[in-house]
Amino acid sequence: MANAVPVDTSPEVMLAFYRRLYPFKSIFNWLNHEHAPTRLFTHREFAFTLQGDVYLRYNSFNNADELKKQVCQLNPTRFEIGPVYSARPKDKKTARPGMFNPLKRELVFDIDMTDYDPVRTCCSGADICRRCWAFISAAVQVLHTSIREQFGYENLLWVYSGRRGIHLWISDEEAMGLTDDQRKALVNWMTVIHGGSESSKRLNVRLNGRHLPPSLQTAVEHLATIFSELVLSDQDVFASQEGYEALLEQIPDSEVVSKLRTKWNADPSRSSEDKWLDLKSQAKKYEKGSAQRATLTAAMEDIILHYTYPRIDAEVSKHRNHLLKAPFCVHPKTGRVCVPVDPQRMDEFDPESVPTVGQLLKELDTASKPGGAEGGVHHSDWERTSLKPYVDMLDKHSLRLMEQVRLEKRGKDVSW
Amino acid sequence: MFKGTERKPFHDDKDLVQVTNHGSLRYPHRLNFYDRPPLYDVTVEEFETCALDRLRILAEIESSAARNRTWEELKTVTNAQCSNYLPLHATSARTVERDSERRKDHLGHFVLRLAFCRSEDLRRRFIKAETTLFKIRYDADDNAEREMFLSSRDFDWMPVDSAEKSKYRKELLGSYQGARNESVREQAFEAEKYYKVKWTRVPDLVEKRKVFLKAGWAYVPAKEQSSIVFQEFEVHLAKALELTARSLPRLDEDTRLVPILDNLSQGFLAGVPSQWAGSGEAINSDDIKAEMVDDLAKKHFPICMRSMHDNLRRDHHLKHLGRLHYGLFLKVLGLSIEEAVVFWRKSFDRLTDDKFNKEYKYNIRHSYGLEGKRANYAAKSCQQLLTSSDHGCPYRYYSPENLQTALLSAYSSRGLTSADLSEIMSTVKATHYHVACTRVFEITHSSFGIKKGAGTGDDESVTHPNQYAAKSMELYKVQQNSAEAMVVE
Repeated sequence: MANAVPVDTSPEVMLAFYRRLYPFKSIFNWLNHEHAPTRLFTHREFAFTLQGDVYLRYNSFNNADELKKQVCQLNPTRFEIGPVYSARPKDKKTARPGMFNPLKRELVFDIDMTDYDPVRTCCSGADICRRCWAFISAAVQVLHTSIREQFGYENLLWVYSGRRGIHLWISDEEAMGLTDDQRKALVNWMTVIHGGSESSKRLNVRLNGRHLPPSLQTAVEHLATIFSELVLSDQDVFASQEGYEALLEQIPDSEVVSKLRTKWNADPSRSSEDKWLDLKSQAKKYEKGSAQRATLTAAMEDIILHYTYPRIDAEVSKHRNHLLKAPFCVHPKTGRVCVPVDPQRMDEFDPESVPTVGQLLKELDTASKPGGAEGGVHHSDWERTSLKPYVDMLDKHSLRLMEQVRLEKRGKDVSW
Repeated sequence: MFKGTERKPFHDDKDLVQVTNHGSLRYPHRLNFYDRPPLYDVTVEEFETCALDRLRILAEIESSAARNRTWEELKTVTNAQCSNYLPLHATSARTVERDSERRKDHLGHFVLRLAFCRSEDLRRRFIKAETTLFKIRYDADDNAEREMFLSSRDFDWMPVDSAEKSKYRKELLGSYQGARNESVREQAFEAEKYYKVKWTRVPDLVEKRKVFLKAGWAYVPAKEQSSIVFQEFEVHLAKALELTARSLPRLDEDTRLVPILDNLSQGFLAGVPSQWAGSGEAINSDDIKAEMVDDLAKKHFPICMRSMHDNLRRDHHLKHLGRLHYGLFLKVLGLSIEEAVVFWRKSFDRLTDDKFNKEYKYNIRHSYGLEGKRANYAAKSCQQLLTSSDHGCPYRYYSPENLQTALLSAYSSRGLTSADLSEIMSTVKATHYHVACTRVFEITHSSFGIKKGAGTGDDESVTHPNQYAAKSMELYKVQQNSAEAMVVE
């Protein structure tokens, strides 16, 4: 692994990265939805974080070249993308008060590994490994299907955040135009586990206090397998006393709880799988159709949701004017590039194999040596590095989006 | 307000004529989506009174929210206010002038649109209050009449046919909320009619997972239909207000209206000046003597007047605007001109007789209507004090620290503790100054049986310093009387 190599994200490295590798044109196409610049790009806010944590907000550009020029001049450690405003963000100071409002914005989601700290055993805090990435992978699968099937959105772009999380950008026309209230409603529909210190308390998602809403019922069925593979066997979450006490806390039947506690205290070496089976057999002791059995089955479903359902950072999604780091930026701590991820092949994705900026520049050096004499302007140098498949992924995504917009526009033009 | 060329005879309206089954009402429905502006002549007076009456109701709704009333309480209070200021009867009430009631409702709404479209904040508050009012009326509406109103307008929802309903039966039943008993719930579900709308139109139902979502469509059961209606009302009004705001600069043709509108849009700031405004008469039958003011101030004055009084005692002087505000307040409280002269003379005890007579007596007599243009000046209302930064409303103009100190030093003897302050300060922070003042009244008069949320009795908020003082004195008197009665027995 690259652990031994010190991470180099010095200004010189970053500048070379922006000059030669960063796919500005692809980002432009993705944000703009068309070839000719539209308000989706020109009225869009870009915010730069400069060396030394200086934060520059309300920048806007007419086209991809202007953006590139400015980025190379300022050489930020990273930059973020904000909403499309009713006026050009760079003209904010001259706009009439009240005439400068966020209008459109991709619907974004942020899932961060830190929210999973109470339920993962392999790492904590900023660390991440392949094993705990499985939590993110499970979350992505659930969120991806829910958004597509329930809300009908199609243009979803998943982007690795560079360290321990993942971002989702939804670019559908309707999603772009959602108001803050609508975003809040959608997020609450999706949220089951509320973050913060109360994250250990029991879920409250049932209608009439009994059955799960259909959307979550489907999710539970899918997550049950992941739960047994990930939580029970891989992470072995209930092995420690702390782990199984947390589990017991979520069982509403005090008789069952005390029985299990005695049993597990007596034999702490029982694996998580055994403990889960113990709970199951306790439930089966009650007659089928009895109220106690129903309560326990419900509690077990809740527990599955608690350990595997997506933990969304709700504040990010609720407001149009929230800024989110642009794809292909470099994470300053890890040096890794924030690359798009294919949700279908989420399981194969390994955050530690994502190219770092240093590695990419090295690849570029070796690749350009034979040709030697070229020099001069560099265009699309990323094609000669391992960044290529990722940029291709974004381009493919944008192309589909642009095609959709084009067809829709044509439909509109004919209608008169 | 509307150009002559745009005005057309009201009865030309096809949509309004087509519904004739209820006699010949111009407004066939009690509920109104306010799709069309009032295109007829109105007098300036009617213009103003319609708006003021409606504003009273909206202000009450707003302060209810700030005072954390429950939906039921809000409904009772609002309905009471409505029956006073803006009655609106069902179509079946044939003996009542339904058309003129509805015309007033219609007109008032549009005048307030003009007044409240001016800033983002005002728009937001207006939409909230109007939507709440609409909900209250919708709730109270007769079922059949509501049905008729709903069918009179295209809400753009798609009925879900039985084939589709049975296709998604499991999911729909799963998200259907009803009786705890499973079979009762299922029965109700079978009878339920479903409508399909884009999910963006029912965010409140989506938020609570009360609907079934499929590819962006929300399947809404008929009993949750109101959500679609309310959302539509809100969105519709928001769009209309923005449109109005954009065309407002072109309203410069009529100089009579702009001051009225300016005045109205301040209404939310302080609630509507109720009957206290304009009444220059003394409200107390007992005469108040100059030497009683000290005691009264301690017991009955709101913080604005109380701090004025304390300043006067401390400095032996008060600046012009302070004298004006406080003087008029005392006048309405019942201090006669003779007593007033005595009071001010004693208060300014460091002045010579000569200076007092020359420089101050005239102003005192002037404010009693005995000099100059001899007008009977009214005492300043909360609304006026709120907009007067000099000797204005302490809740608005004092810094938080100063306000807390002032409140504690003035009212700690009357039951205000520092534990109450956080609640008051948060209301102040939310700029609901009159609500904060009302709360202080409630706390300091809890020994008279004033409960939280009761306002100055009768669920009224404080809108005038004299209202505050008079109510306080009234409560005191009632208690005194009953105490005396007990002694006699």
